[in-house]
Amino acid sequence: MTEQAIPASPLEADIETFGALVDKEPQKPPRSQWKDVWDQFRKHKGAVFGGGFLLFITLAVLLGPYIWDVDPKKLDIRNKNWRPIYTLLWDSGVTAGWAHPFGTDQLGRDILAQMIAGGRVSMAVGWLAMALALIIGTAIGVFAGYFKRLDFWLMRFTDLVLSLPILPLVLLAVTLFRQPLNSRFGPEGGMFILIVSVIGLTSWMQTARIVRGDILALKEREFILAARSIGTTSGKIIRRHLLPNVISPIMVSATLGLATAIITESALSFLGVGFPSDYPTWGKLLADAVQRMQDYPERVLLPGIAISLTVLSVNYLGDGLRDALDPRIRGR
Amino acid sequence: MLTFTIRRLFLSIPTLLFISFIIFGLLQLAPGDPMAQVPLTVPPEVKQKMREALGLGAPWYVQYWKWLIQFFWIEPKVFIDYLTNSSTLLGWLPDTNFYKDELRVISWQTRSPVMDIVAQRMPQTLWVVGLSYIVGILIAIPIGIYSAYRHYSLFDQAGTFITMVGFSIPPFFTGPLLIVVFSVTLGWLPSIYDTTHVVTDWESFKIQFFQMVMPVMVLALQTTAQISRYMRGAMLDNLNQDYVRTARAKGLREASVVMVHVLRNSMIPVVTVIALGMPAIFGGAIITENVFKVNGIGQLLLTALFANDLPMVMTLTFIFAILIVLFNLIADVLYGLLDPRIRYD
Repeated sequence: MTEQAIPASPLEADIETFGALVDKEPQKPPRSQWKDVWDQFRKHKGAVFGGGFLLFITLAVLLGPYIWDVDPKKLDIRNKNWRPIYTLLWDSGVTAGWAHPFGTDQLGRDILAQMIAGGRVSMAVGWLAMALALIIGTAIGVFAGYFKRLDFWLMRFTDLVLSLPILPLVLLAVTLFRQPLNSRFGPEGGMFILIVSVIGLTSWMQTARIVRGDILALKEREFILAARSIGTTSGKIIRRHLLPNVISPIMVSATLGLATAIITESALSFLGVGFPSDYPTWGKLLADAVQRMQDYPERVLLPGIAISLTVLSVNYLGDGLRDALDPRIRGR
Repeated sequence: MLTFTIRRLFLSIPTLLFISFIIFGLLQLAPGDPMAQVPLTVPPEVKQKMREALGLGAPWYVQYWKWLIQFFWIEPKVFIDYLTNSSTLLGWLPDTNFYKDELRVISWQTRSPVMDIVAQRMPQTLWVVGLSYIVGILIAIPIGIYSAYRHYSLFDQAGTFITMVGFSIPPFFTGPLLIVVFSVTLGWLPSIYDTTHVVTDWESFKIQFFQMVMPVMVLALQTTAQISRYMRGAMLDNLNQDYVRTARAKGLREASVVMVHVLRNSMIPVVTVIALGMPAIFGGAIITENVFKVNGIGQLLLTALFANDLPMVMTLTFIFAILIVLFNLIADVLYGLLDPRIRYD
């Protein structure tokens, strides 16, 4: 072999020369990033359970009214104060039956139907408020990280909002702006818009900080330099190159945001500043049942357990996602 | 470090002004009318006069300026007078008599100064919140240490699960749950916190103790869940470091390796988290006070909100904001003091 006989590709030459280095088995097909993420996610039992439960509860409140088609607002005073079906196990004297598996309240409204309707509202508030917070947080984080001129002011603003007393301010806003929005969009629609926007506007700060930090680090990488050198505009760089790379911290803070939004909405309903009284949400059902909890503890327990299990599953989902999306942990 | 503290103190003034402006703006934009409760038989021109008497006729900047003067200039004078006149701590100083009957921040509900009511309510909140925080920390730190030391053991798994559950169950559910179990079914503890109760002897102390157990435990559960997670994470980070191996290699006892070397280093982030969580626990106390009928400032804020008592709401919300800014500052300063690697210059 002479010096002049340069092979077509140096790699092939290497393989010929060092035959021992050639793999005997066929190479594994390339794996996508999301398949790796899924494999890591599956190892976290709590996260799989959490994700499954969240899916179940979302489907239950979405499809529930079609399967259990009892009107949650229908009064049936003759059949009031039924106990849930399971009380028959230890006490055969109570009024309970399959007509109302979770029992009825003091006005004879079916509690299962109320739970489904309440879950719809609570989950809708949670998802929408979380989405709003994510949009604001991501936008502020991206702008602050990418544009140096905006960075100082946007981050000072974020710090300022972070030092606002959130729960008192949310209480304040909901109590004070209830009237005009109610007259504009109706008592239920107005309250829905108000609660979603108030929770969304007060919980975007952590997302903004995390996204900004990641963007600051990504901006200096070679692929951004390459993209800029071929004349990619800023908007295109952000959409095509930066946003897909910060999707994992955004997803993790989304789960946290969903959990806080559900808890905040229930807390507002519990304190009596949330939705109107005949409009069930989990927090409202819990608050209404507290007066009669000596005789009917299940009316506190059922919505309370629903809130807690949903939040717990969302938190576990977030834990698992954090592990699965972190390439340093993945594959261990 | 001192220059940093002073600089941060000065920087917190515009922050606080901005926050007060936001709260004031929210209250101004709100359509609530303090005269809504006045009977309809009162003629409108009299109502207008009553409104002006409350200071509502003036433009917003005049109202804002007056509130600022009242809160930052007149109220401190009253406070200093109180300190030098009747408090036991500084009562030996000559009476200062700064306060010359200027108008203080007056509550629209009770027509008495807002700060007097806050001063009455503060001890209840401080007792419940402060005790719950201490209890929570005392439970959380050993749990965090042990579950990090026995990583992936049964204790660790159970501890992680329980803290996750404690993290997820909201206080407005744990509160009624505890009441059902311990007051209704077992009858051990009272469900309502009696703030008029005075501790004089052992018997009354026992009553006070029993009525504090539930509110304190509800708030402490949240604290415990949060802090033990941080403690565990910080311990895990430190246990794998080289200095731990060195310490073991030179023959230190395991107890002193973990409890002295690792613990001291792990406490740095945990202490700041403890300081940062303080204002949040005040916020959480709003719900807990409502559940157990504790007569504290959270409950005061709620009643003031429902009664449209704007000066009270404004002042209370601002006090919450001061707490947050103050504890943020404390956390930053503590971090710098405890960790020699952090330099703010």
